[in-house]
Amino acid sequence: MTTASPPPAVPGISPLPAARVRKRSWSGWLFIGPFMAVFAIVFIAPIAYSIWLSFFRNQLVGGNSFVGLANYAQALQDSQFWSSLFRVTLFLAVQVPVMLLIALLAALALDSGRLYGKSFFRISIFLPYAVPAVVASLMWGFMYGTRFGLVGNINDALGINLPNPLSPDLILASIGNIVTWEFIGYNMLIFYSALSVIPKSIYEAAEIDGASQLRLVTAIKVPAIRGALVVATIFSVIGSFQLFNEPSILQSLAPNSISTYFTPNLYAYSLSFSGQQYNYSATVAIIMGVITMVIAYAVQLRGMRKES
Amino acid sequence: MKNTISLAVLRGSAIALTAALALTACGGGAGDNAGAANEEVSAEDVQAALEEGGDITIWSWEPTLDEVVESFEAEHPNVNVNLVNAGTGNDHYVALQNAVAAGSGVPDVVQLEYFSLPQFALAESVRDLSAYGAGDLQDTYNPGPWNSVQANGGIYGLPMDSGPMALYYNKEIFDKYGVEVPATWDEYVEAARALHEADPSVYIANDTGDAGLATSLIWQAGGQPYKVDGTDVTVNFTDEGSTKFAETWQQLLDEDLLAPITSWGDEWYQGLGNGTIATLATGAWMPATFSSGVAATAGKWRVAPLPQWQEGEPTSAENGGSALSITSASEKGALAYAFLEYANVGDGVQIRVDNGAFPATAATLESEDFLSDEFEYFGGQKANEVFAESAKSVPEGWSYLPFQAYANGIYNDTAGQAYVSDTTLKDGLEGWQEASIKYGSEQGFTVSK
Amino acid sequence: MSVAVDPARSRNQKAKSPNIRMKSTRRGVDNPKRNVLLTILTGVVLLYSLVPLLWLVINSSKTQDDLFSSFGLWFSDEFALFSNIADTLTYDDGIFVRWLLNTVLYVVLGAGGATFLAVLGGYALAKFNFPGKKAVFAVIIGAVAVPGTALAVPTFLMFSEIGLTNTPWAVIIPSLISPFGLYLMWTFATEAIPTELLESARMDGAGEFRTFFRICLPLLGPGIVTVLLFTMVATWNNYFLPLIMLKNPDWYPLTLGLNAWNGQASTAGGEAIFNLVITGSLLTILPLIAAFLLLQRYWQSGLSAGAVKE
Repeated sequence: MTTASPPPAVPGISPLPAARVRKRSWSGWLFIGPFMAVFAIVFIAPIAYSIWLSFFRNQLVGGNSFVGLANYAQALQDSQFWSSLFRVTLFLAVQVPVMLLIALLAALALDSGRLYGKSFFRISIFLPYAVPAVVASLMWGFMYGTRFGLVGNINDALGINLPNPLSPDLILASIGNIVTWEFIGYNMLIFYSALSVIPKSIYEAAEIDGASQLRLVTAIKVPAIRGALVVATIFSVIGSFQLFNEPSILQSLAPNSISTYFTPNLYAYSLSFSGQQYNYSATVAIIMGVITMVIAYAVQLRGMRKES
Repeated sequence: MKNTISLAVLRGSAIALTAALALTACGGGAGDNAGAANEEVSAEDVQAALEEGGDITIWSWEPTLDEVVESFEAEHPNVNVNLVNAGTGNDHYVALQNAVAAGSGVPDVVQLEYFSLPQFALAESVRDLSAYGAGDLQDTYNPGPWNSVQANGGIYGLPMDSGPMALYYNKEIFDKYGVEVPATWDEYVEAARALHEADPSVYIANDTGDAGLATSLIWQAGGQPYKVDGTDVTVNFTDEGSTKFAETWQQLLDEDLLAPITSWGDEWYQGLGNGTIATLATGAWMPATFSSGVAATAGKWRVAPLPQWQEGEPTSAENGGSALSITSASEKGALAYAFLEYANVGDGVQIRVDNGAFPATAATLESEDFLSDEFEYFGGQKANEVFAESAKSVPEGWSYLPFQAYANGIYNDTAGQAYVSDTTLKDGLEGWQEASIKYGSEQGFTVSK
Repeated sequence: MSVAVDPARSRNQKAKSPNIRMKSTRRGVDNPKRNVLLTILTGVVLLYSLVPLLWLVINSSKTQDDLFSSFGLWFSDEFALFSNIADTLTYDDGIFVRWLLNTVLYVVLGAGGATFLAVLGGYALAKFNFPGKKAVFAVIIGAVAVPGTALAVPTFLMFSEIGLTNTPWAVIIPSLISPFGLYLMWTFATEAIPTELLESARMDGAGEFRTFFRICLPLLGPGIVTVLLFTMVATWNNYFLPLIMLKNPDWYPLTLGLNAWNGQASTAGGEAIFNLVITGSLLTILPLIAAFLLLQRYWQSGLSAGAVKE
């Protein structure tokens, strides 16, 4: 894929260097324009509206009033907000590395070419990605049942007593499991695709030098796919901070384990939809957006710095 | 179109005006009927609206309304009723709040559970039906449901059904272990111990913290944790009734006598079906769910009066039940009211009862047909007798918060912790109280303890 | 990694003459020895991925009663898969089929439109240097970080102002934006379209659109299939947005319908139909799995190209 086709021979004109992009002109907008127009409607406008909302407070009694930054001040002192943020940060710190590591190992195993039935592995591990989060959560919810679910079946069959996956101590891990299950294959494919385009000649050279497979992996393969790793990490960070579907569907099974402020997103949802606090909800969402952006940016910076 | 307007103006009814406007499918008239809701609407106006016909939209998840709508349309060929299930419970309220906030897509008629009615009444999202002469219907209904539609000195809906509580129990399990069906809550705790000891897989009940059940049992115990006077609200879960409930339930929690299964999930249906959940204290609307959801155990379950907090006059409480209300945004108030009358006072009541609903109208509740109905699911028991008796013994003076839907939503954040940690239920209820007070204050209510 | 190295082979290779060495090494890289241990270890990940799906298939074959009373990972005595499928498709006057058609509509218009916009946009980012390019990029990255729920309420209020709620457009219009699709197309177009080709086309005086449709579009094939598949998944799995926007079950997509069926058990008088929820879930994921399997060749090469970009 990296081999650029040779420049077409145009008589009388010397071909331009491949890397050079055209000089600045507005014609790019012909193509990016439609995307940006729709983007403005479904992203920019609601965000602007949210920011506007965050400066007001609408009460059941007393109506709407301008409150300046009071909502932001309230959020900074809101222990429920901070506890939800702490929870997703913990989730991020544990689930994302585990998931990406397993995905990376699986991708390396596929790429090594030493598996029996490689394409079966590749497509099978990827399949859970095609399962909607709603279906995945319903399904795992059924299986998590300690009485009549799969966990209960295992307890009965083996005469053991597995802890309840939906108890407050384990619920975060159980949700992590669902998310990991959904996205291992997806991340694996991203990594595998990146691995598969590393020029074979590099391996050959390394093998000639007698490099071990482990060395091959750490010295050549992983550095070569850093770009894919950074992108996958950023998407996972964003995904973790926006955690919503899985806890919201499991909530009906484990109401005492999953509070209305379990994740920031769930908190924002409860505030606006069950509490009618649209303004405060918008404030929380904006703060979360800013935090997510900062962290995603930091990941990107760090990833790129290593590269140079 | 001009003709229609002048006709309506002549009739002198703002409601009919807006109805006629909408009938001609001209959206221009929307918004200037703000004052309409308070003006008198006579029975003739309602009749006229029926004859003229038109479309109305209803949001409800009540399954028995399907047939009511069919027969209503058959009787009034000009009327087209659009019955929409916009979600159940909270989803439904969210949708309604959103539609009201957006000022478009608001239905004409909505189902409101009694606990959520004050909230929408306060926000003026639904209409005071006094203007339609709903006050005359007082004696048509049992006092419990009738009180439930009163708010701010107005009548904000017509009761559709009611949920006088009873104790459903699995007779087979009680017989098998030779345990008496409890008549008081103390005996209930005893029975819980006996059953669980006889078979550790059997629990007297399931509970993971249910705001509706807790408030109903406190209601039965004579507690009044909520007092509401306009926007002055009191929340206090330390009164005698609340304490009684908390202390009794704490024993069940301490000894792990309640199955940690959340109601309405698949495990719950399994537990009701396989004998691991032996009783269920809930409203009279439950039989329909039993026969469809737990069909396998037909004949094993029975109905008993709710256990008592103290000897003497039997006391009960309401759990669930809902009303139909007319939204303020509706442009077809008269037609909507015609439907309300049909469904909740008129022929619709019997149609719904025939399909398993539990009515709120006194005449139906006292009719011989109704009382003598033998429930096959309950082994031929005349269960309605138990329910009707319960309906008569609901203590008066209970009120819900004008933000009860939200308060119920955070019950598990606070009181629910008693089910999974060392927090006591008493402390949990106080936590709930504080959280409710905080929310109420933020919303501009004057809240005290 | 537990990849075992064969030291003997490496030594041998070194000792041989250059000609033979090259040959054997190529076989070593392209077609290495299969490894049982590695296969088993990766097999653990495979099992983890497949067992829940197996659970879904097995439990789709159970009646509502058996669902509760039989072992979760094996078939019950009564094999009810076909009657479950029939019930799923006919329950409530065949509303499931209606939901399926709705979902297809949302996918065709939503994912199709999203792919179209992403292809155009990605091409612009890859091959043009236009004023505001950096700002475009920053704005998109920033907007993606804002939680979806934050946008839900304002979007709902805006859409109801213009009368779009409770119509298919309320679901389709927001689906038209796929930041990930844009990213993929951007990286893919950068690699797949040689800049010289563009230059020469312009020298020949071809207009921008003509150049794009006649010359570039064919080169973008695998990338387009890839983006289409990922936006399809996103649209097919869309839940939160329709939940807020749609109130009429006639417009529900499958995810919302399944959740409504699941919630039906929690309605007084409602019928518990967990067997249909499970069978419906199976039917919901089958089309996507089929699409991924059938189009494997295309999206894998599309992803590979996208991955090159760092």
